Amino acid sequence: MSGREFAERGADLELVGIQKRFPGFTAIEELDLTIPAGSFFALLGPSGCGKTTTLRLVAGLEEPTQGRILIGGRDVTDTKAHQRPVNTVFQSYALFPHMSIIENVAFGLKRRRMDDPMGKAHEALKLVELDHLAQRRPAQLSGGQQQRVALARAIVNRPALLLLDEPLGALDLKLRRQMQLELKTIQEEVGLTFLHVTHDQEEAMTMADTVAVMNKGAIEQMGAPEELYELPRTAFVANFLGKSNLFTGDVVGTTSEALSVDVAGHRITVPVARAQRHQGLVTVGVRPEKVALHLEAPDAASTRNVLGPGRVIDVSFAGVSTEYIVAVPGAGTLSVFAQNVGFGPVAHEGDEVWVSWQVEHGFGLADEPEESDRFPADDDTRSIAVQRREALISELEGS
Amino acid sequence: MAFAAFATTEAQPQAPRKRSRIALLLLLPGILYLVLFFLTPLISLLLTSLQAPSEFGDIGMYDYAFNWQNYVDVVNAYWPHILRSFGYALAATVLALVISYPIAYFIGVKARRRPLLQSLLLVLVIAPFFISFLLRTLAWKQILSDESIIITSLKALSLLAPDAYFTGTPFAVIFGLTYNFIPFMTLPLYTTLERLDTRYLEAGSDLYANPVTVFRKVTIPLSMPGIVAGTLLTFIPAAGDYVNASRDFLGGPDTQMMGNVIEANFLVLLNYPAAAALSIILMAAILVLVGVYVKRSGTEDLL
Repeated sequence: MSGREFAERGADLELVGIQKRFPGFTAIEELDLTIPAGSFFALLGPSGCGKTTTLRLVAGLEEPTQGRILIGGRDVTDTKAHQRPVNTVFQSYALFPHMSIIENVAFGLKRRRMDDPMGKAHEALKLVELDHLAQRRPAQLSGGQQQRVALARAIVNRPALLLLDEPLGALDLKLRRQMQLELKTIQEEVGLTFLHVTHDQEEAMTMADTVAVMNKGAIEQMGAPEELYELPRTAFVANFLGKSNLFTGDVVGTTSEALSVDVAGHRITVPVARAQRHQGLVTVGVRPEKVALHLEAPDAASTRNVLGPGRVIDVSFAGVSTEYIVAVPGAGTLSVFAQNVGFGPVAHEGDEVWVSWQVEHGFGLADEPEESDRFPADDDTRSIAVQRREALISELEGS
Repeated sequence: MAFAAFATTEAQPQAPRKRSRIALLLLLPGILYLVLFFLTPLISLLLTSLQAPSEFGDIGMYDYAFNWQNYVDVVNAYWPHILRSFGYALAATVLALVISYPIAYFIGVKARRRPLLQSLLLVLVIAPFFISFLLRTLAWKQILSDESIIITSLKALSLLAPDAYFTGTPFAVIFGLTYNFIPFMTLPLYTTLERLDTRYLEAGSDLYANPVTVFRKVTIPLSMPGIVAGTLLTFIPAAGDYVNASRDFLGGPDTQMMGNVIEANFLVLLNYPAAAALSIILMAAILVLVGVYVKRSGTEDLL
């Protein structure tokens, strides 16, 4: 244990060549990661990508098969969980059911023999505005309140590193948004290093300074949320972090600034600086909200990519915006997000439309085109559910 | 409007009344059974314990009376047996707990991912039940007797004094009680530990508690329902046991427990009031001890 004092401020975390194998499968292939002190870092990925395993390795609840873990420059790989200056807010909260709220919060302080554990615990409960419930049992609290107690129980110890394991997963949307803001405020107030694991891309982007997108036991891309969103490097990131329209084709012309790709007879131009690969078969894309919908053929301009004519095959109205699915022969289907500046949708199912976007908004991906799919990724939960349902329906019809 | 109001106020209490009639019907066999085979003998026992000897009768002839002196007499005559009963039962319960907890923890927590091993170990815990309790105790008498291989070889190796013996000692009685009641301790402990959420243990170690502290502050309190159930299931029958302490089994003249005294008074001395009074005292003492224990262990909200 690093003494009986609180960490002055957050410490940096360094993972060097981490590998974790479980009997039968490898959770983490090879992971190198540095999280600077005092930052709010989000590890984003689908379930089973190894993000929770990473967190458990840092907490000391699992041992890495290979590699070192350094917290604040100190190698903690061989230390046990209770010896690490790290606290976790568990997904299930794991509040001790046989203790009152205040006893739960004071648990860590008492183990470290801090002065006045009860006073400090009450202060932490005040921070999450639950001091009036100090004598209750966890079972008597609502999910949101339990979540805040779990947070208080962790931050009261002022760990050098706070680990958050999808702590907002069980809350409803409104409470989740509120807690996201609160967490962010608390992080700024206490200045600790936060490592947040989540599969909710919106949560990761609103809260974190730096987001690392993880897939199949490795980090695909890391950076500031807006950087990751505006310039995804792989098809996985492009589709996991928001939606993307992706097209695959051969590079047919390169200037010093732009790259032209031939997609089944359509010409799509992408800035060279925003493309990862500059020759051969490449995948390029654009975000749906950058795409404009036209009811008449727009004038050709060198600063815009135009596709069309195509047909609207689906319109879903979501209040603030409308999503149009447009099928363009040869180029596949595109998704278009349009703000509802007028009243209701501007186009309807079956309408003939054109789509266009500014060249500078396009991006080129690093994936081998064979890997990247021209259709939305089918590895998120919803599309797996859709596939299952389709398989079931066809099975039922077959019998 | 008025009719509607009547309808709602009258219809509502009717529904539960109907349900309670069915519940009563379902409870009837149980209630009858308890009245016939528990309440009646209990009252009879209570009345017997207050009987006085017939004035001109033979030995074993008693008249109904309110002879409270019986209680004073048996306590004066048998207080060492009363203390011994609870002492042996307590020792056996503590031993059984210490032996059972690691077994139950291993089966319920460590072997959780291996269902086959788990079932096999559970069968091993229950296996002794397939042989009669008396036979098993007699077998232990053989094993611990002075001529047994174990005792003679221990003596031959000078690990035991030449004049040492086991049968008839308090050690043998406590050993027998512990052995016979271990499954009653292990099974409730297992059912609690099997449901123990190991995430609480992880949370404990995450909050700077070393393994010993996690065990003391998290595992033990969370397994309290099993500990309470197991100790009660062991302590209550052990305190009233008269087989292990009997001279025919593992006990001797100095190890007689309340059960043996009650047996002797009923069957040999024909002093029914004394035997009944002792039974009532045993029952009351256990009730009080158990009540205090459950209250003190604070498991009301975990049970």
